[in-house]
Amino acid sequence: MNIAIKPIKIKKKSVIPGFGITMGFTLTYLTLLVLIPVSMVFLNTAKIGFKEFWEIASSERVLASLKISFSTSFLAAVINVVFGLLLAWVLERYDFWGKKLIDGLIDLPFALPTAVAGISLTTLYSKNGWIGKLFAPFGIKISYTPLGIVVALVFIGFPFVVRTVQPVLESIDFEVEEAAACLGATRFQTFFRVILPELLPALITGFALAFSRSLGEYGSVVFISGNMPMKTEITPLLIRTKLEQYDYAGGTAVAAVMLIISFLLLLMINAFQWWANRHKSS
Amino acid sequence: MAGSIPIQLKTDKEAAYAKKRAVKGSKLVPIVLTTIALLFFILMLIIPLISVFVKAFEQGANLYFASITDPIALKAIKLTLITIAITVPINTVFGLAAAWAIAKFKFKGKNLLITFIDLPFSISPVVAGLIFVLLFSTSHGLFAPLLNALGIKIIFAPPGIIIATIFVTLPFVARELIPLMEAQGTAEEEAALTLGASGWKTFWHITLPNIKWALLYGIMLTTARAAGEFGAVSVVSGHIRGLTNTVPLHVEILYNEYKFSAAFAVASLLTLIALVNLIVKNVAYSKMNRIHKAGEKKNVPEA
Repeated sequence: MNIAIKPIKIKKKSVIPGFGITMGFTLTYLTLLVLIPVSMVFLNTAKIGFKEFWEIASSERVLASLKISFSTSFLAAVINVVFGLLLAWVLERYDFWGKKLIDGLIDLPFALPTAVAGISLTTLYSKNGWIGKLFAPFGIKISYTPLGIVVALVFIGFPFVVRTVQPVLESIDFEVEEAAACLGATRFQTFFRVILPELLPALITGFALAFSRSLGEYGSVVFISGNMPMKTEITPLLIRTKLEQYDYAGGTAVAAVMLIISFLLLLMINAFQWWANRHKSS
Repeated sequence: MAGSIPIQLKTDKEAAYAKKRAVKGSKLVPIVLTTIALLFFILMLIIPLISVFVKAFEQGANLYFASITDPIALKAIKLTLITIAITVPINTVFGLAAAWAIAKFKFKGKNLLITFIDLPFSISPVVAGLIFVLLFSTSHGLFAPLLNALGIKIIFAPPGIIIATIFVTLPFVARELIPLMEAQGTAEEEAALTLGASGWKTFWHITLPNIKWALLYGIMLTTARAAGEFGAVSVVSGHIRGLTNTVPLHVEILYNEYKFSAAFAVASLLTLIALVNLIVKNVAYSKMNRIHKAGEKKNVPEA
């Protein structure tokens, strides 16, 4: 092994070819398809000027949509952390019939087109639907209310939590739990004092991934929300509505708000993971 | 804290029992937790999945087949297939090139580059559609004068749909390949190259066999997302029936016209693609694990 590596170290240059061409292609492709298009939002926002941008961004309807988007995404992400953890725990720790099938199906919300999820959930949770019917006698409406938006966001978000928690749960050594048990900890204490702190970074990452995906979600929500301005209109839908009314400046300004929020979330997730990794290794 | 007082254990048998009980917990807890988890899973995932097919066949098989062979549905399927045929190959080439540059070489700014590749994932599909309207719209776009002079239509036409789809599916292949290729390192390629193999030969005979399952799954993800993308495509399509409708947009139109059985019939096609996707994923991952484990075993005596 050493013989093969040494000459490379001396030359300080890799023998592997193709860096120039693959890197050049990658950068060109990304610039043309991602960087220039995304920067268009900010260029166009700059064109309308800060005063008008602020007027649009702080208008009642935009604020209402942000409030709905944030509150439903937050609630859905909290539900997803609880049930995502539970599913990951059950799949990693217990044996039962059909476990492999369930594990394989967890990713369905990633794979299923959002429009299909949207029409399916809307039909199920409407007052004549299989599930909505059970709630209708109590006067609870799910489809066409904020509750319906939460249902759709729970559907698209829970695999994020399951898939971030699963590998960490798998890696926790049984000996740690045995040690806790031998020292007299109850199962309850072991879980909350030993396992949960270990899982916390994964849970926060899963929460953030599900939350940021939920904020931008469109396809599944647009069917179930009913799209009433000020009541069940999420921010992505408001952008779409503004574009359909040929209000390009308005749509772009709201998009800029959303982009800034998603960049901040992306940055926070990356910074947190970096911090968690460093914390773990030290 | 009464619970944390160490218990004095007399025999090994007692100790083993206490340990087992403490690690495994009581028998009731697993049953309760598994039941709650399964109820959530059935409610949130199985019922929505089954309901697609039940609703699709509610009005009989005749209507089902009539809905998916309707001329407008067939045109939507054709446009979706064209979009896949263009999107998948070029994003596969991009994914391979990006993964090669990122995984096989060291350079500054690698994390930033990976973040840029991931960017389409963190952007709302609606915003993804909007950015191409801002570039190519014939009334408001940056390239409007040029497009008008040449008489080319991109927005509210198939090219816009294809470009938006390329954008949203851009990260999939690269994302599947980068971690795998980074884990595999460069030793095998270096060996082949120092023994005199050409760069292409090394790629075909060394790298490609090592990454084939991840590549296959990346391609499958790209295909499924290209077939199912809704938000971005909806913004750039203009919903011109029979011309700029993809399969998901056709589902939306049918649903909004209260043709529920027809909408679910067409939706069931997309659901089948999603299920195939999951099967490919599970096969690919089990193959990768097997290769990984076999490789580990093989390497132990040599090292």
